[in-house]
Amino acid sequence: MLIKQTCSVLAVMAGLASTAQAEDLNALIWCDHADPELLQPFEEAHDVRVNVKEYEGTAAGLTLLEQSRPGDWDVMVIDAVDVGRAVERGLLAPLPTEGLSTDSYFPEAVLADHTTIDGTTYAVTEKFGYNTIAYNKAAVDPADMESLDALWSGKYDGRIAIYDYYLPVLGLVGLEAGVATADLDAAALETLREPLMKLGAASKQVSDVVSSQTALATGEVDVLIGGGEWLTAVLNAENPDLDWTIPEEGGLLWAQSLAIVEGTEKPELALEFIKYVTSPEGQARLATSSCYWGMPANQAAGDVMSDEQKAILRWDDQADYLARAQLYPVPDAETDTAMQDLWTDMLQN
Amino acid sequence: MVAPALLWTLAFFVVPFAAMVMMSLAHMEGRDIVQGHDLGNYLKIFTDPSLRRGIFVSLEITVVVTLISVLLAWPLAWIIATRVPPRWRRIALLLAVLPFWTSYVVRSYSWALVLGEKGVVMNALVGLGLLAEPVQIMATRAATIIGFVHFFVMLLTLTIYSNLVQLSPNYARAAEDLGASRWQVIRLVILPLTLPGVMTGAFLTFVLCIGDYITPQILGGNNELSLPQLIMLQLGRRGDFPMASALSVVLMVIVTLAYAGCARWLKMERL
Repeated sequence: MLIKQTCSVLAVMAGLASTAQAEDLNALIWCDHADPELLQPFEEAHDVRVNVKEYEGTAAGLTLLEQSRPGDWDVMVIDAVDVGRAVERGLLAPLPTEGLSTDSYFPEAVLADHTTIDGTTYAVTEKFGYNTIAYNKAAVDPADMESLDALWSGKYDGRIAIYDYYLPVLGLVGLEAGVATADLDAAALETLREPLMKLGAASKQVSDVVSSQTALATGEVDVLIGGGEWLTAVLNAENPDLDWTIPEEGGLLWAQSLAIVEGTEKPELALEFIKYVTSPEGQARLATSSCYWGMPANQAAGDVMSDEQKAILRWDDQADYLARAQLYPVPDAETDTAMQDLWTDMLQN
Repeated sequence: MVAPALLWTLAFFVVPFAAMVMMSLAHMEGRDIVQGHDLGNYLKIFTDPSLRRGIFVSLEITVVVTLISVLLAWPLAWIIATRVPPRWRRIALLLAVLPFWTSYVVRSYSWALVLGEKGVVMNALVGLGLLAEPVQIMATRAATIIGFVHFFVMLLTLTIYSNLVQLSPNYARAAEDLGASRWQVIRLVILPLTLPGVMTGAFLTFVLCIGDYITPQILGGNNELSLPQLIMLQLGRRGDFPMASALSVVLMVIVTLAYAGCARWLKMERL
């Protein structure tokens, strides 16, 4: 009898708890969106709880979506250049553009060619930056960093770390070899094998974001290929010598976007979240997120950000940087597999 | 009585393992998983040099770590069990297991700082004039092995210690009465009697070490990939669940073989 009564009370309490509980928004994200400073204002304003799951690499993100049930996910952060891949597989819902004006965006960061497919918009860009060279200017000659040649010259052998993401680093190796990222197909890839292996041999480690930051901050390495403001900005206060540049061969522009996942049962809430993140306030918080910094796609965020924050992100140099940066390679499935095989060979040899 | 245990094993081991085996027989076509029943992934594991090397990297690291850990843990356990006064033993054991209190990831990053070229170890060696300049340990296999050994010496010390304290002191006394030296007592009497504990600890070390992803990822510098790193690469980067499953099955087979060898040895030892 006592057990029955206890169960009844627990059941009532559980029922009450569920009705009192805020609504959930499930977001498949990159780590910068997990920052409570970013999420909390939205959660409070809409009385919702944003549940986040981080993923790494578009292939993994798309596989996660495909393994999930419709409605499991509401919004997704995705590389802007990969929106087409997700749309092709029916994973993203059309994005209502009312109230999502990109008029105040950096024009190069809109990337409408990638976020709008056959006249339908599926995603909106939110943050961008560069995969290029990050370095410790107290330990290397900054003039050397103005050319990618320095990394293959032998001068910095054993002092280089490689950012462990094949797409931007292969893009940079391509730029060094004179191959534009847009031309990086399976045939061009073979020409990158030798310089990539040489770079691998000259490097001390191939590391993820945290390990790369640790290695640069502790002086374990002095140069990071694939790094940029997203990696050094959060360390700026501790070590102002950590810097980055876009060499004469160019750098890679990364741009992340937000999209509504097909099958969501909360399209209105998902849209509200996207509106918040792309608003000047949301953009300023996202730009200076605790995981990594990056330029806000919306220039209006500049009114909210401090001069110091903008200086760290090189706000005034963006016109020049954007002109010299190339977009990420967008490989087809076959080229993507070949790229990953080549990358694994580099890691394992 | 055994029904709950059977159900538990069925639900949380047999069914997931069967699903993993089924997935390992599928393959990727472009970016899509195509269900099937072919052994292509297994064939690739043993023909692709990068994947095959992952198996050898894991085995080499695991065998070296297990051997070094046993060689360090046995004397440590013996000292605690026989040379440390009883009232200090609890404190000695507490100190031995202290590293377990720290998060595994934090401990690995701590080793990264200690083993770095500007870390405590190199600063001390260069400062004492033992080295002219720092040598690279961090981001090498040596760093991975050091990180592993630090962890597993503690585990092995506990299993060997529990074995040692159960041994009757009469064995040593009898051997000494028959004229054995202190060293002969240890080598010919105590050591063989503790081998079951050593084997059990060594097997645990083997299993935990060969399946570990964190330590080689943080300390190894990604300069070579072990089997768990290759599995994570397939899952996190390539979205290739079939290949990740096939590699996981290979890992399971290696562990099963190690268990079979260990169980067989222990059974023979008992005979």
